[in-house]
Amino acid sequence: MLHLIKARLVQLVFVLFLLSILTFTLMKLAPGDPVLLLLGADELVVTQDNEAALRKELGFDLPILVQYGQWMLNLLQLDLGTSYIKGKPVLDELMARLPTTMELTVGGLIVMIMISLPLGFLAAKYPGRWPDHVSRLLALIGASIPSFWMGLLLIYAFAFKLQWLPSMGKGSWNHMVLPSLTLGLAMAAVYARLLRAGLLDSLSQEYIRAARARGIAEWRVMLKHAFRAALMPVVSVFGMSIGSLLAGTVVVETLFSLPGLGSMGVQAIFQRDYPVIQGYVLFTGVCVVLINLLVDLSYGWLDPRIRQGKGDVS
Amino acid sequence: MNLEAANRSYSVRARRNHWKVLLQFPTMGIGIALMSMILLLTFIGPLIVPNDPLTVVMSERLQSPSWQYPLGTDHMGRCIFSRLMAGAQITLGVSFLVILTVIIIGIPLGLVSGYVGGRLDAILMRFVDGLAALPEFIWVIAVSGFLGPSLTNMIFSIVMIKWIGYARMVRGIVLSEREKEYVLAATVAGTGTWKILSRHLLPQVISPVVILAALDIGKIILIISSLSYLGLGAQPPTPEWGAMLNDGRPYFQTIPELMIYPGVAIMLVVISCNLIGDGLRDYLDVRSR
Repeated sequence: MLHLIKARLVQLVFVLFLLSILTFTLMKLAPGDPVLLLLGADELVVTQDNEAALRKELGFDLPILVQYGQWMLNLLQLDLGTSYIKGKPVLDELMARLPTTMELTVGGLIVMIMISLPLGFLAAKYPGRWPDHVSRLLALIGASIPSFWMGLLLIYAFAFKLQWLPSMGKGSWNHMVLPSLTLGLAMAAVYARLLRAGLLDSLSQEYIRAARARGIAEWRVMLKHAFRAALMPVVSVFGMSIGSLLAGTVVVETLFSLPGLGSMGVQAIFQRDYPVIQGYVLFTGVCVVLINLLVDLSYGWLDPRIRQGKGDVS
Repeated sequence: MNLEAANRSYSVRARRNHWKVLLQFPTMGIGIALMSMILLLTFIGPLIVPNDPLTVVMSERLQSPSWQYPLGTDHMGRCIFSRLMAGAQITLGVSFLVILTVIIIGIPLGLVSGYVGGRLDAILMRFVDGLAALPEFIWVIAVSGFLGPSLTNMIFSIVMIKWIGYARMVRGIVLSEREKEYVLAATVAGTGTWKILSRHLLPQVISPVVILAALDIGKIILIISSLSYLGLGAQPPTPEWGAMLNDGRPYFQTIPELMIYPGVAIMLVVISCNLIGDGLRDYLDVRSR
């Protein structure tokens, strides 16, 4: 277990290093001169003097490697730079936006679990019968429907036609219902199929037969004995698809005008606010690696063989 | 039966029973039928409805369906049907271009990295691991964000991340194949590296790559339309479906058709791609039978 954590932490450092080089390079490659952008944002008249002064202040007159070193030193002190547009530290902005994205993610996960669990169980209980076919059809549609379009349909139905729920912005809990549904529905169908496959696999194992032979009630066999083993593949796919979950938040936040990280990233792109884009990319990268670490740790809980170091984790 | 003979009899059998195969995998049949219909419509559509997808006629905005405009017009008086057909060409064209490019990059890199091994392999794989840690979509947003929103930058950014999956998979197959006896025999017989790669290892990776590509196409179409919807991909007035949805958003409440048509188009294309991909996987992946 320990070597796993260590490997992940090494990966984290490496990923951060690579990301820092990539974002730094991209920032330098980006069209448009940030100095002119900044001066433009302050609505100052651009003169040779103040342009040169700002260039010096930002350190843009130094050699590129020195600039990178300086930037890296700041990064190590959690200084992600200052937003060109708002003039505030990028980190503050990230922290201010994080709770909304987390709320949305949790909401999406709740929707996903509430739909995929019953659907997956039903499909596994009656394989080849109609609940199975329904879940297969839903999975196909779920994987093929663009999430922003589903969001638009939900807005049209529930916010506009029925007027049950607000369509945008942030406020009380009911502002989060439609966004969570949009994020969760597409995932739910896919995870229901995964859960079905995992359940069918574990139901065919010896220990399930043993449990049934001992006369344990069927629901107990399903929930206690088969479910835990079936979670393994589900959790590992979840770890791999954390990225698409975060990607989903970008689309959903923009669609519903939620002040989260994703909408901040998109906004920053339109405003050419490069330090913010950079901060967003770095922050997301760290989150993904850390969540994968958690997923790895959860294997130990799901499969005692791994916890005792007897299983093959990879 | 040796491997060559097995392969030969397998391919002969497969060739003889084209139609039986389609019946055996009905999903693939449905997918192919759907895709053929879409392609047919894309090519003959402009002949039936010869409107220009870009011409703005403000006097004819937001019209309901008529013989001249089968699906009506949008908020700028452009024929929705013509725009959808033009959008199909863009969406399908761009995604095939992307897939083709990533295959052309991924296969050689994977082959060489897996077969040569050593330091080259280690460096390449570390690099790939680092890139893969960042979610595809976020990566695409970052690159197309830094370079500025446009269709070309979006294609570039998708290619830059997508080749990884192919290189990794090809490398994995090569790692297991190169230990097998037929490769060993070829090496002992003095076959050159290039010939081993192209004659012995390349055929082994083709069908997994085709499966991966078929399953990926749908995802790529979704990425393209999502990015264009966000305004980071194809820019208006390009008749890309995602961009069309973005463009018409203020009118959705009054004229939901503006929102329905492009969305249905995206969904149908992606469904047919996924059906074909699933079918191909079942058909080509002999092990799963």
